[in-house]
Amino acid sequence: MSVWIAVVATGLGCYALKLAGLVTPQRVLDDARMRRFTELVPVALLTALIAVQALADGRTLEFDGARMAGLGAAVVALLLRAPFLLVLVIAAGVAAGLRLLGL
Amino acid sequence: MEVTEAEKAAAPAESTRSAAVRDGLGVGLAVGVSGVAFGAAAVTAGLGVAQACVLSLLAFTGASQFALAGVIGGGGGLVAGSLGAMLLGGRNALYGLRLARMLDVRGWRRLLTAQVVIDETTAVATAQRGRAAARAGFYTTAISLYLTWNVTTLAGAAGAARLGDPDAIGLDVLGPAVFLALLWPRLTAGRTEVRVAAAAAVIAIAATPLLPPGVPVMLAAFAALPALLRGTEK
Repeated sequence: MSVWIAVVATGLGCYALKLAGLVTPQRVLDDARMRRFTELVPVALLTALIAVQALADGRTLEFDGARMAGLGAAVVALLLRAPFLLVLVIAAGVAAGLRLLGL
Repeated sequence: MEVTEAEKAAAPAESTRSAAVRDGLGVGLAVGVSGVAFGAAAVTAGLGVAQACVLSLLAFTGASQFALAGVIGGGGGLVAGSLGAMLLGGRNALYGLRLARMLDVRGWRRLLTAQVVIDETTAVATAQRGRAAARAGFYTTAISLYLTWNVTTLAGAAGAARLGDPDAIGLDVLGPAVFLALLWPRLTAGRTEVRVAAAAAVIAIAATPLLPPGVPVMLAAFAALPALLRGTEK
């Protein structure tokens, strides 16, 4: 039963956080500096997310060769202007391929 | 589907909008598949099938869900597990600040929209040019990802789809690759963006060994603070 409480509490808590940003008063967000800040926040958070997903496992930093090679391949694909889905296939494919080879 | 299509300033509204829809469908389906991994991980950790599904329906934010399942599997405290999961969901509040103006929703629509304010929807919405395209991208990602994520959670939890080791097919690379591809146009367009991105990555990595999961990513929002101090600088 207590697992159910944890599940529902987590769900409600996560929802409340999502709502919190959306209901911020308009006049706070209309300020020019605030606007520039909020425009850059997703860039900062998503880049941080990429870095953490690529290099961390919980609180441990780890360098996974196959994962980094997959992301490196994604960068090359992006530089060559590959379509979005192809970038994903290449990234996952390179990592999976290297792991299959035991590298 | 070219993400760069969205960059073409002269592109008519209709084509930027359909490019946004294609982005959204791609992200929704590609990332949604990871729900199988969550469903399987949740059941392995000791959650019931119904509990795994309710968590996906209610929390609908992958990192938090994996974190709670991990704590339950590791025999950790449920209160600490729930709080840790919510900490990971904290960044969604920051996304909301950006999306509030972009989506401009009111009343009951805002209550529904809030549920889908997550990494993926924000990434697709902010990658688009113009408000109409941003909205189209946001809601396409939201609907396709919500449906896929919940169906695949059930499949993974019920054992209908076994992935084996998700890393073996490169699923761990999919997440960062999605965000990288969506951020790419902005990273190659502006110097300020590159500076903010580099600072954010350094902050998050430096903080990772020191702070609970979820906090380092939120801390990286400080990388955007110079914009608040010097609002007119581009």
